[in-house]
Amino acid sequence: MIRITCPHCGPRDQDEFSYAGDATKTRPADPAAASAADWHDYVYLRDNPAGPHLEFWHHVYGCRHYVKVLRDVTSHAVLASGRPDETLEAGE
Amino acid sequence: MAEYSVFSLIREGLTGHKGWIRAWRDPEPKASYDVIVIGGGGHGLATAYYLARNHGITNVAVVEKGWIGGGNVGRNTTIVRSNYMLDGNAHFYEHSLKLWEGLSRDLNYNVMFSQRGVLNLAHSDGQMDAYARRGNMMRLNGIDAELLDRDGVRRLYPHLDYSKDARWPIYGGLLQPRGGTARHDAVAWGFARGADRRGVDILQNCEVIGFERDGDRITGVKTTRGTIGCGRVGMAVAGNTSRVAAMLGWKLPIESHVLQAFVTEPLKPLIDGVVTYGAGHFYISQSDKGGLVLGGDIDFHNSYAQRGNLPVVENVMANGLAMMPNIGRVRILRSWGGIMDMSMDGSPIISKTPFDNLYLNAGWCYGGFKATPGSGYAFAHTIANDAPHETNRAMGLDRFESGHLLDEGGKGPTPKLH
Repeated sequence: MIRITCPHCGPRDQDEFSYAGDATKTRPADPAAASAADWHDYVYLRDNPAGPHLEFWHHVYGCRHYVKVLRDVTSHAVLASGRPDETLEAGE
Repeated sequence: MAEYSVFSLIREGLTGHKGWIRAWRDPEPKASYDVIVIGGGGHGLATAYYLARNHGITNVAVVEKGWIGGGNVGRNTTIVRSNYMLDGNAHFYEHSLKLWEGLSRDLNYNVMFSQRGVLNLAHSDGQMDAYARRGNMMRLNGIDAELLDRDGVRRLYPHLDYSKDARWPIYGGLLQPRGGTARHDAVAWGFARGADRRGVDILQNCEVIGFERDGDRITGVKTTRGTIGCGRVGMAVAGNTSRVAAMLGWKLPIESHVLQAFVTEPLKPLIDGVVTYGAGHFYISQSDKGGLVLGGDIDFHNSYAQRGNLPVVENVMANGLAMMPNIGRVRILRSWGGIMDMSMDGSPIISKTPFDNLYLNAGWCYGGFKATPGSGYAFAHTIANDAPHETNRAMGLDRFESGHLLDEGGKGPTPKLH
């Protein structure tokens, strides 16, 4: 079982969350100016690293806020978590 | 030793089974090969086999980081089917199913392919309509499909929950009679033996750790058993595709997720074929040894750990009990996880790449096992001819740029949903 610390609600089981994917992708700031290649990269391409992975989880059965999580996907260990606008480092 | 047959079995039976020899060699790597296939799973071994069988390319190595068949080909629920709607998928999987039908004979190796039927249950009028549509599209593509009503399902599977208080009553189902199961280890071993007998070197404990390049051309593959020169390279490492691609600084439309599977203690015959639950994600069949083999959803988060977590275990069991309450006291013997290449549209990639002589076989999501012969066939063709086979023309990597997606479920670029 994965336990994620929600910055608003404290430590909660993964059951309360819905996974929302890679948190490293940034939507093109000016959609009209973005090229097809920019959109392809944003929509489809992923680093998919084997190790620490920065991702969003939606606390859908809790406060309904999005939570940013740094998690080692080879062990499922949560290394850090915080608000979506926070910069996370392992061991915080 | 040549062929496996009833005669060789009788001869060996009478002489103490001392004449059998190993089914494939354990060679040292050569300095270079015409083709290096990365990944000694079902797809990689099938690719090597068909390179030799169909294209006469025998100076081939399959490099495998562990032992052959130790990854997803040995971690699936062994289901074979071709019940797809989209043309780009349907013809590919149907071709694969036709290869399955002749595979044991072709390989001279019993893969125990058993066409016991795959039944998808429906639990509402809307779902019956959707299955009628799917079945009609399959039949238009020349694939077998039969829409069953409730009584038709009950005749085949009397042990499901037909009671008044079933949470999701069974309305009927869509049956593909030619679908079924196969013995997954034998598939890996049969392709390995077939490839080896045609001259392919199978190099185990040989992990790829990098590439030698000349611009966009791969000149060598660095492995834990030394650097091996190559004419062409095929990557068939589903689960670890992004890791190997990262060695080339190459990003792909793939996320890795863990899918769990389970087997119970052996029982007397209970389920003839493969049954899937329509009100959740659950599939079950019974192995020849009697164990119920079952599975459900992926764990819904990126993972490279070959094990999953309890919420999905609970969900799979809840689905199973809703469909077949009578298995409630059967004990689970084992559970395990495999790493799925979840692609961005839910369909696989068998394709040329931005690199001159590198070819990609990836993105199999939940469904790689059934595709094993068709995938090897098409990938071998793609490598040998530097162009796709007619069955994998729609499976190019460039479809994500051009917008020609193969999204069977219409779910969009959210890998966990495919």
